[in-house]
Amino acid sequence: MTEQRTVQFRVFRYKQGRERPWYDTFDVTVTPRTTVLEALQFIRRVHDPSLMLRHSCHHASCGTCGMRINGQERLACITRVHDIAGERVTVEPLANLPIIGDLVVDMKAFYAKFTPMAMPLIRHSEFLPEAEPPEGVDTYTRLENCIECGLCVSVCPVAASDPLYLGPAALAAAWRVVQEPRGQNVPEILAQVDTAHGCWRCHIAMECSAVCPSHVDPGAAIMALRGTLIRQHLPWRRKQQGGDAHEPR
Amino acid sequence: MNRGELVPRRRWPAWFDVRGRHVSGWAFILNRLTGLGLVLYLIIHLWVLRLLTQGEARWNAFIALAKTPPFLVLDTILFFGIIYHALNGIRLTLVGLGIGVSAHKRMFWVLMGIGLVLFVLSTWGLWTMTK
Ligand code: HEM
Ligand code: SF4
Ligand code: SF4
Ligand code: FES
Repeated sequence: MTEQRTVQFRVFRYKQGRERPWYDTFDVTVTPRTTVLEALQFIRRVHDPSLMLRHSCHHASCGTCGMRINGQERLACITRVHDIAGERVTVEPLANLPIIGDLVVDMKAFYAKFTPMAMPLIRHSEFLPEAEPPEGVDTYTRLENCIECGLCVSVCPVAASDPLYLGPAALAAAWRVVQEPRGQNVPEILAQVDTAHGCWRCHIAMECSAVCPSHVDPGAAIMALRGTLIRQHLPWRRKQQGGDAHEPR
Repeated sequence: MNRGELVPRRRWPAWFDVRGRHVSGWAFILNRLTGLGLVLYLIIHLWVLRLLTQGEARWNAFIALAKTPPFLVLDTILFFGIIYHALNGIRLTLVGLGIGVSAHKRMFWVLMGIGLVLFVLSTWGLWTMTK
Protein backbone atom coordinates (compact mmCIF):
# COMPACT_ATOMS: atom_id res chain seq x y z
CA MET A 1 0.00 0.00 0.00
CA THR A 2 1.32 3.39 -0.83
CA GLU A 3 1.43 6.03 1.78
CA GLN A 4 -0.95 8.82 0.80
CA ARG A 5 -1.27 12.24 2.25
CA THR A 6 -3.06 15.45 1.47
CA VAL A 7 -0.96 18.46 0.62
CA GLN A 8 -2.16 21.98 0.22
CA PHE A 9 -1.05 23.61 -3.02
CA ARG A 10 -0.89 27.38 -3.03
CA VAL A 11 -0.78 28.33 -6.69
CA PHE A 12 0.10 31.70 -8.19
CA ARG A 13 -2.64 32.93 -10.50
CA TYR A 14 -2.74 35.72 -13.04
CA LYS A 15 -5.00 36.35 -15.99
CA GLN A 16 -4.51 39.05 -18.58
CA GLY A 17 -6.91 41.88 -17.99
CA ARG A 18 -6.76 41.40 -14.24
CA GLU A 19 -5.03 44.16 -12.36
CA ARG A 20 -2.95 41.97 -10.10
CA PRO A 21 -2.12 38.34 -9.44
CA TRP A 22 -3.54 36.27 -6.62
CA TYR A 23 -3.05 32.84 -5.06
CA ASP A 24 -5.51 29.93 -5.02
CA THR A 25 -5.21 26.96 -2.73
CA PHE A 26 -6.11 23.40 -3.65
CA ASP A 27 -5.90 20.18 -1.67
CA VAL A 28 -4.25 17.34 -3.51
CA THR A 29 -3.80 13.77 -2.31
CA VAL A 30 -0.34 12.58 -3.21
CA THR A 31 1.64 9.36 -3.01
CA PRO A 32 5.41 9.26 -2.50
CA ARG A 33 5.83 9.19 -6.26
CA THR A 34 3.56 12.10 -7.20
CA THR A 35 5.44 14.93 -8.85
CA VAL A 36 4.52 18.59 -8.58
CA LEU A 37 3.66 18.55 -12.29
CA GLU A 38 1.26 15.66 -11.79
CA ALA A 39 -0.33 17.43 -8.85
CA LEU A 40 -0.81 20.57 -10.97
CA GLN A 41 -2.31 18.51 -13.78
CA PHE A 42 -4.66 16.96 -11.23
CA ILE A 43 -5.68 20.43 -10.09
CA ARG A 44 -6.39 21.42 -13.66
CA ARG A 45 -8.37 18.26 -14.34
CA VAL A 46 -10.42 18.22 -11.17
CA HIS A 47 -10.49 21.67 -9.61
CA ASP A 48 -9.85 24.36 -12.19
CA PRO A 49 -9.47 23.75 -15.92
CA SER A 50 -8.37 27.36 -16.40
CA LEU A 51 -5.03 26.77 -14.68
CA MET A 52 -2.30 27.55 -17.19
CA LEU A 53 0.96 25.66 -17.10
CA ARG A 54 3.55 24.49 -19.56
CA HIS A 55 4.96 20.99 -19.88
CA SER A 56 5.78 18.40 -22.45
CA CYS A 57 8.17 15.54 -21.84
CA HIS A 58 7.67 14.69 -18.14
CA HIS A 59 11.33 13.67 -17.91
CA ALA A 60 13.56 16.73 -17.65
CA SER A 61 14.28 16.99 -21.35
CA CYS A 62 12.07 19.65 -22.84
CA GLY A 63 12.72 22.33 -20.25
CA THR A 64 9.20 23.72 -20.30
CA CYS A 65 8.00 22.96 -16.78
CA GLY A 66 10.40 25.24 -14.89
CA MET A 67 8.79 27.06 -12.00
CA ARG A 68 9.44 28.19 -8.44
CA ILE A 69 8.38 25.61 -5.91
CA ASN A 70 8.48 26.99 -2.39
CA GLY A 71 10.70 29.73 -3.76
CA GLN A 72 13.18 27.33 -5.34
CA GLU A 73 13.62 27.06 -9.09
CA ARG A 74 12.90 23.48 -10.18
CA LEU A 75 11.54 21.36 -12.99
CA ALA A 76 8.07 20.38 -11.77
CA CYS A 77 8.21 17.07 -13.63
CA ILE A 78 11.10 15.70 -11.60
CA THR A 79 10.24 17.26 -8.25
CA ARG A 80 8.41 14.88 -5.98
CA VAL A 81 5.93 16.44 -3.61
CA HIS A 82 7.22 14.15 -0.87
CA ASP A 83 10.71 15.60 -1.20
CA ILE A 84 9.46 19.06 -0.35
CA ALA A 85 9.35 19.84 3.32
CA GLY A 86 6.06 20.91 4.86
CA GLU A 87 2.39 20.33 4.27
CA ARG A 88 2.05 23.29 1.97
CA VAL A 89 3.59 23.77 -1.45
CA THR A 90 3.69 27.21 -3.00
CA VAL A 91 4.00 27.18 -6.77
CA GLU A 92 4.94 30.31 -8.70
CA PRO A 93 6.07 31.06 -12.25
CA LEU A 94 9.71 31.68 -13.03
CA ALA A 95 10.92 35.11 -12.02
CA ASN A 96 12.59 37.74 -14.20
CA LEU A 97 10.39 36.96 -17.20
CA PRO A 98 6.98 38.46 -18.10
CA ILE A 99 4.01 36.33 -17.05
CA ILE A 100 1.53 35.37 -19.76
CA GLY A 101 -0.82 33.78 -17.29
CA ASP A 102 -0.69 31.70 -14.09
CA LEU A 103 2.49 29.60 -14.24
CA VAL A 104 3.35 30.38 -17.86
CA VAL A 105 6.08 32.91 -18.56
CA ASP A 106 6.94 34.53 -21.88
CA MET A 107 10.26 33.04 -22.98
CA LYS A 108 10.72 35.55 -25.82
CA ALA A 109 13.07 37.69 -23.77
CA PHE A 110 15.06 34.58 -22.84
CA TYR A 111 15.47 33.47 -26.45
CA ALA A 112 16.25 36.98 -27.66
CA LYS A 113 19.49 36.66 -25.67
CA PHE A 114 20.03 32.94 -25.91
CA THR A 115 19.50 32.26 -29.59
CA PRO A 116 22.23 34.53 -31.00
CA MET A 117 24.73 32.75 -28.78
CA ALA A 118 23.37 29.24 -29.12
CA MET A 119 22.58 29.06 -32.83
CA PRO A 120 25.91 27.46 -33.74
CA LEU A 121 25.21 24.57 -31.41
CA ILE A 122 23.90 21.92 -33.69
CA ARG A 123 24.22 18.69 -31.94
CA HIS A 124 26.26 15.80 -33.26
CA SER A 125 26.07 12.73 -31.10
CA GLU A 126 29.07 12.31 -28.85
CA PHE A 127 28.16 8.71 -28.35
CA LEU A 128 28.82 7.41 -31.80
CA PRO A 129 31.87 5.13 -31.79
CA GLU A 130 33.37 7.19 -34.61
CA ALA A 131 32.97 10.41 -32.62
CA GLU A 132 36.62 10.88 -31.74
CA PRO A 133 37.24 13.79 -29.39
CA PRO A 134 39.24 16.49 -31.16
CA GLU A 135 42.89 16.95 -30.33
CA GLY A 136 43.48 18.43 -26.89
CA VAL A 137 40.16 17.12 -25.54
CA ASP A 138 40.37 13.99 -23.41
CA THR A 139 36.70 13.16 -23.14
CA TYR A 140 33.51 14.83 -24.14
CA THR A 141 31.76 16.63 -21.36
CA ARG A 142 28.26 17.31 -22.51
CA LEU A 143 28.28 21.06 -22.49
CA GLU A 144 25.27 21.48 -24.68
CA ASN A 145 23.19 20.00 -21.93
CA CYS A 146 21.21 23.20 -21.68
CA ILE A 147 17.49 22.42 -21.98
CA GLU A 148 16.59 26.11 -22.13
CA CYS A 149 14.41 25.91 -19.05
CA GLY A 150 15.21 29.40 -17.76
CA LEU A 151 15.70 28.30 -14.14
CA CYS A 152 19.10 29.99 -14.04
CA VAL A 153 17.71 33.30 -15.28
CA SER A 154 14.91 33.11 -12.71
CA VAL A 155 17.25 32.57 -9.78
CA CYS A 156 19.90 35.08 -10.83
CA PRO A 157 19.84 38.18 -8.58
CA VAL A 158 21.54 40.21 -11.29
CA ALA A 159 18.99 39.28 -13.96
CA ALA A 160 16.36 40.55 -11.52
CA SER A 161 17.75 44.07 -11.40
CA ASP A 162 19.38 44.39 -14.83
CA PRO A 163 16.95 43.60 -17.65
CA LEU A 164 19.76 44.00 -20.18
CA TYR A 165 21.95 41.36 -18.54
CA LEU A 166 22.63 38.58 -21.04
CA GLY A 167 22.10 36.08 -18.26
CA PRO A 168 23.62 32.73 -17.33
CA ALA A 169 22.11 30.55 -20.07
CA ALA A 170 23.18 32.81 -22.96
CA LEU A 171 26.64 33.28 -21.47
CA ALA A 172 27.03 29.54 -20.98
CA ALA A 173 26.07 29.07 -24.63
CA ALA A 174 28.66 31.66 -25.65
CA TRP A 175 31.35 29.81 -23.71
CA ARG A 176 30.28 26.61 -25.41
CA VAL A 177 30.97 28.19 -28.79
CA VAL A 178 34.35 29.52 -27.63
CA GLN A 179 35.28 26.02 -26.53
CA GLU A 180 34.19 24.33 -29.68
CA PRO A 181 33.69 26.91 -32.40
CA ARG A 182 32.60 24.63 -35.26
CA GLY A 183 33.57 27.34 -37.69
CA GLN A 184 31.94 30.14 -35.75
CA ASN A 185 33.49 33.57 -35.34
CA VAL A 186 34.91 33.30 -31.81
CA PRO A 187 36.19 36.90 -31.55
CA GLU A 188 32.70 38.14 -32.43
CA ILE A 189 31.10 35.95 -29.75
CA LEU A 190 33.69 37.14 -27.23
CA ALA A 191 33.01 40.75 -28.20
CA GLN A 192 29.31 40.22 -27.59
CA VAL A 193 29.89 39.05 -24.02
CA ASP A 194 32.70 41.53 -23.25
CA THR A 195 30.25 44.20 -22.12
CA ALA A 196 28.90 45.72 -18.93
CA HIS A 197 25.72 43.68 -19.42
CA GLY A 198 27.65 40.60 -20.49
CA CYS A 199 29.98 38.42 -18.51
CA TRP A 200 31.24 41.31 -16.39
CA ARG A 201 27.82 41.93 -14.87
CA CYS A 202 27.75 38.66 -12.94
CA HIS A 203 28.28 38.88 -9.17
CA ILE A 204 29.27 35.26 -8.72
CA ALA A 205 26.28 34.24 -6.64
CA MET A 206 26.55 30.88 -8.44
CA GLU A 207 22.87 30.21 -7.88
CA CYS A 208 22.53 29.51 -11.60
CA SER A 209 24.87 26.54 -11.31
CA ALA A 210 23.15 25.36 -8.16
CA VAL A 211 19.66 25.25 -9.70
CA CYS A 212 20.56 24.11 -13.22
CA PRO A 213 18.85 20.72 -13.63
CA SER A 214 21.19 19.76 -16.44
CA HIS A 215 24.70 20.36 -15.05
CA VAL A 216 25.51 23.16 -17.43
CA ASP A 217 27.30 25.11 -14.66
CA PRO A 218 26.74 28.55 -16.21
CA GLY A 219 28.59 30.26 -13.35
CA ALA A 220 31.80 28.45 -14.22
CA ALA A 221 31.25 29.23 -17.91
CA ILE A 222 30.96 32.95 -17.12
CA MET A 223 34.19 32.85 -15.11
CA ALA A 224 35.89 31.01 -17.99
CA LEU A 225 34.77 33.74 -20.39
CA ARG A 226 36.23 36.33 -18.04
CA GLY A 227 39.50 34.45 -17.77
CA THR A 228 39.71 34.24 -21.57
CA LEU A 229 38.96 37.92 -22.00
CA ILE A 230 41.38 39.00 -19.29
CA ARG A 231 44.20 37.02 -20.89
CA GLN A 232 43.29 38.52 -24.23
CA HIS A 233 43.38 42.06 -22.88
CA LEU A 234 46.76 41.69 -21.14
CA PRO A 235 49.06 44.34 -22.66
CA TRP A 236 51.81 41.90 -23.63
CA ARG A 237 49.29 39.54 -25.20
CA ARG A 238 47.82 42.37 -27.19
CA LYS A 239 51.22 43.26 -28.58
CA GLN A 240 51.87 39.64 -29.41
CA GLN A 241 48.61 39.35 -31.30
CA GLY A 242 49.18 42.65 -33.05
CA GLY A 243 46.34 44.39 -31.26
CA ASP A 244 43.27 43.33 -29.41
CA ALA A 245 40.99 40.75 -30.93
CA HIS A 246 38.37 43.42 -30.53
CA GLU A 247 38.02 46.76 -28.84
CA PRO A 248 36.46 46.47 -25.39
CA ARG A 249 32.94 47.83 -25.64
CA MET B 1 6.16 41.38 -24.76
CA ASN B 2 2.45 41.38 -25.39
CA ARG B 3 0.03 43.76 -23.80
CA GLY B 4 -1.59 42.23 -20.78
CA GLU B 5 1.44 40.29 -19.68
CA LEU B 6 2.44 40.84 -16.08
CA VAL B 7 5.92 42.12 -15.46
CA PRO B 8 6.47 41.86 -11.71
CA ARG B 9 8.81 44.47 -10.33
CA ARG B 10 11.48 42.70 -8.40
CA ARG B 11 14.58 44.85 -8.85
CA TRP B 12 16.86 45.21 -5.86
CA PRO B 13 14.68 43.42 -3.27
CA ALA B 14 15.34 40.30 -5.37
CA TRP B 15 18.99 40.49 -4.33
CA PHE B 16 17.87 39.62 -0.83
CA ASP B 17 15.24 37.00 -1.67
CA VAL B 18 16.58 34.21 0.51
CA ARG B 19 14.08 31.50 -0.40
CA GLY B 20 15.79 28.40 -1.70
CA ARG B 21 19.22 29.99 -1.69
CA HIS B 22 22.40 27.92 -1.69
CA VAL B 23 25.61 28.71 0.15
CA SER B 24 27.04 30.86 -2.66
CA GLY B 25 23.77 32.78 -2.85
CA TRP B 26 23.90 33.49 0.87
CA ALA B 27 27.53 34.51 0.44
CA PHE B 28 26.46 37.03 -2.21
CA ILE B 29 23.70 38.45 0.00
CA LEU B 30 25.99 38.78 3.00
CA ASN B 31 28.73 40.32 0.86
CA ARG B 32 26.34 42.94 -0.42
CA LEU B 33 24.96 43.70 3.04
CA THR B 34 28.40 43.90 4.64
CA GLY B 35 29.71 46.00 1.72
CA LEU B 36 26.89 48.50 2.17
CA GLY B 37 27.38 48.34 5.95
CA LEU B 38 31.07 49.12 5.53
CA VAL B 39 30.31 52.15 3.38
CA LEU B 40 27.88 53.35 6.03
CA TYR B 41 30.50 52.73 8.71
CA LEU B 42 33.15 54.62 6.73
CA ILE B 43 30.90 57.66 6.50
CA ILE B 44 30.11 57.58 10.23
CA HIS B 45 33.77 56.97 11.00
CA LEU B 46 34.94 60.01 9.05
CA TRP B 47 32.20 62.09 10.59
CA VAL B 48 33.31 61.06 14.08
CA LEU B 49 36.98 61.76 13.30
CA ARG B 50 35.91 65.36 12.78
CA LEU B 51 35.86 65.58 16.63
CA LEU B 52 39.66 65.49 16.51
CA THR B 53 39.61 69.03 15.22
CA GLN B 54 37.47 70.14 18.15
CA GLY B 55 39.88 69.70 21.01
CA GLU B 56 41.14 66.98 23.29
CA ALA B 57 38.24 67.06 25.72
CA ARG B 58 35.61 66.25 23.15
CA TRP B 59 37.70 63.44 21.71
CA ASN B 60 38.35 61.91 25.13
CA ALA B 61 34.65 62.10 25.94
CA PHE B 62 33.87 60.23 22.73
CA ILE B 63 36.50 57.57 23.46
CA ALA B 64 34.97 57.01 26.89
CA LEU B 65 31.58 56.55 25.24
CA ALA B 66 33.04 54.23 22.61
CA LYS B 67 34.25 51.90 25.36
CA THR B 68 30.76 51.31 26.73
CA PRO B 69 29.11 47.93 26.00
CA PRO B 70 26.57 49.17 23.44
CA PHE B 71 29.41 50.53 21.32
CA LEU B 72 31.44 47.37 21.82
CA VAL B 73 28.51 45.37 20.48
CA LEU B 74 28.50 47.61 17.40
CA ASP B 75 32.25 47.09 17.07
CA THR B 76 31.71 43.33 17.26
CA ILE B 77 29.24 43.54 14.38
CA LEU B 78 31.77 45.69 12.51
CA PHE B 79 34.49 43.07 13.05
CA PHE B 80 32.19 40.43 11.62
CA GLY B 81 31.43 42.64 8.63
CA ILE B 82 35.07 43.49 7.88
CA ILE B 83 36.33 39.95 8.29
CA TYR B 84 33.51 38.36 6.31
CA HIS B 85 33.62 40.90 3.48
CA ALA B 86 37.41 40.88 3.15
CA LEU B 87 37.78 37.09 3.17
CA ASN B 88 34.81 36.45 0.89
CA GLY B 89 36.13 39.29 -1.28
CA ILE B 90 39.40 37.40 -1.74
CA ARG B 91 37.40 34.40 -2.93
CA LEU B 92 35.31 36.52 -5.30
CA THR B 93 38.41 38.18 -6.70
CA LEU B 94 40.02 34.82 -7.42
CA VAL B 95 36.88 33.19 -8.84
CA GLY B 96 36.08 36.34 -10.82
CA LEU B 97 39.48 36.02 -12.49
CA GLY B 98 38.72 32.42 -13.37
CA ILE B 99 40.91 30.99 -10.60
CA GLY B 100 39.62 28.13 -8.45
CA VAL B 101 36.11 28.29 -9.91
CA SER B 102 35.28 24.64 -9.31
CA ALA B 103 36.58 24.92 -5.72
CA HIS B 104 34.58 28.04 -4.88
CA LYS B 105 32.48 26.38 -2.20
CA ARG B 106 35.44 24.70 -0.53
CA MET B 107 37.30 27.99 -0.70
CA PHE B 108 34.35 29.66 1.00
CA TRP B 109 34.35 27.28 3.94
CA VAL B 110 38.13 27.36 4.38
CA LEU B 111 38.09 31.16 4.36
CA MET B 112 35.15 31.20 6.76
CA GLY B 113 37.12 28.89 9.07
CA ILE B 114 39.99 31.37 9.04
CA GLY B 115 37.45 34.15 9.49
CA LEU B 116 35.94 32.51 12.54
CA VAL B 117 39.35 32.31 14.22
CA LEU B 118 40.08 35.95 13.34
CA PHE B 119 36.65 36.98 14.57
CA VAL B 120 36.94 35.18 17.91
CA LEU B 121 40.45 36.52 18.53
CA SER B 122 39.62 40.09 17.55
CA THR B 123 36.37 40.15 19.52
CA TRP B 124 38.09 38.68 22.55
CA GLY B 125 40.78 41.36 22.21
CA LEU B 126 38.17 44.08 21.84
CA TRP B 127 36.23 43.17 24.97
CA THR B 128 39.28 42.47 27.18
CA MET B 129 41.51 45.34 26.10
CA THR B 130 38.86 47.99 26.56
CA LYS B 131 38.23 46.93 30.16
C1 HEM C 1 39.20 44.44 2.95
C2 HEM C 1 39.31 44.17 1.72
C3 HEM C 1 38.13 44.12 0.79
C4 HEM C 1 38.01 43.19 -0.19
C5 HEM C 1 38.96 42.04 -0.52
C6 HEM C 1 36.77 43.50 -0.90
C7 HEM C 1 36.32 42.79 -2.00
C8 HEM C 1 35.17 43.04 -2.66
C9 HEM C 1 34.73 42.38 -3.86
C10 HEM C 1 35.49 41.31 -4.61
C11 HEM C 1 33.53 42.89 -4.19
C12 HEM C 1 32.69 42.48 -5.39
C13 HEM C 1 31.55 41.63 -4.95
C14 HEM C 1 30.61 41.28 -6.06
O1 HEM C 1 30.99 41.20 -7.23
O2 HEM C 1 29.42 41.07 -5.76
C15 HEM C 1 33.20 43.88 -3.21
C16 HEM C 1 32.03 44.61 -3.22
C17 HEM C 1 31.80 45.68 -2.41
N1 HEM C 1 32.61 46.17 -1.41
FE1 HEM C 1 34.35 45.34 -0.82
N2 HEM C 1 36.17 44.58 -0.33
C18 HEM C 1 36.97 45.01 0.71
C19 HEM C 1 36.72 46.09 1.53
C20 HEM C 1 35.63 46.93 1.43
C21 HEM C 1 35.43 48.13 2.23
C22 HEM C 1 36.39 48.64 3.28
C23 HEM C 1 34.23 48.65 1.84
C24 HEM C 1 33.51 49.88 2.32
C25 HEM C 1 34.04 50.95 2.70
C26 HEM C 1 33.68 47.81 0.81
C27 HEM C 1 32.49 48.02 0.18
C28 HEM C 1 31.99 47.26 -0.82
C29 HEM C 1 30.71 47.48 -1.48
C30 HEM C 1 29.71 48.54 -1.16
C31 HEM C 1 30.61 46.49 -2.46
C32 HEM C 1 29.44 46.29 -3.44
C33 HEM C 1 28.60 45.18 -2.92
C34 HEM C 1 28.02 44.33 -3.99
O3 HEM C 1 28.19 44.61 -5.19
O4 HEM C 1 27.39 43.34 -3.63
N3 HEM C 1 34.56 46.78 0.58
N4 HEM C 1 34.20 43.96 -2.29
S1 SF4 D 1 21.80 26.66 -18.21
FE1 SF4 D 1 20.72 25.10 -17.01
S2 SF4 D 1 19.22 26.28 -15.81
FE2 SF4 D 1 19.92 27.62 -17.47
S3 SF4 D 1 18.44 27.35 -19.11
FE3 SF4 D 1 20.12 25.90 -19.49
S4 SF4 D 1 19.49 23.99 -18.50
FE4 SF4 D 1 18.18 25.60 -17.68
S1 SF4 E 1 26.78 33.42 -10.93
FE1 SF4 E 1 26.29 35.26 -12.11
S2 SF4 E 1 24.85 34.57 -13.65
FE2 SF4 E 1 24.91 32.97 -12.06
S3 SF4 E 1 23.23 33.50 -10.66
FE3 SF4 E 1 25.08 34.47 -9.92
S4 SF4 E 1 25.07 36.52 -10.74
FE4 SF4 E 1 23.62 35.31 -11.95
S1 FES F 1 8.02 18.47 -18.64
FE1 FES F 1 9.79 18.50 -19.93
S2 FES F 1 11.30 19.18 -18.53
FE2 FES F 1 9.60 18.96 -17.23
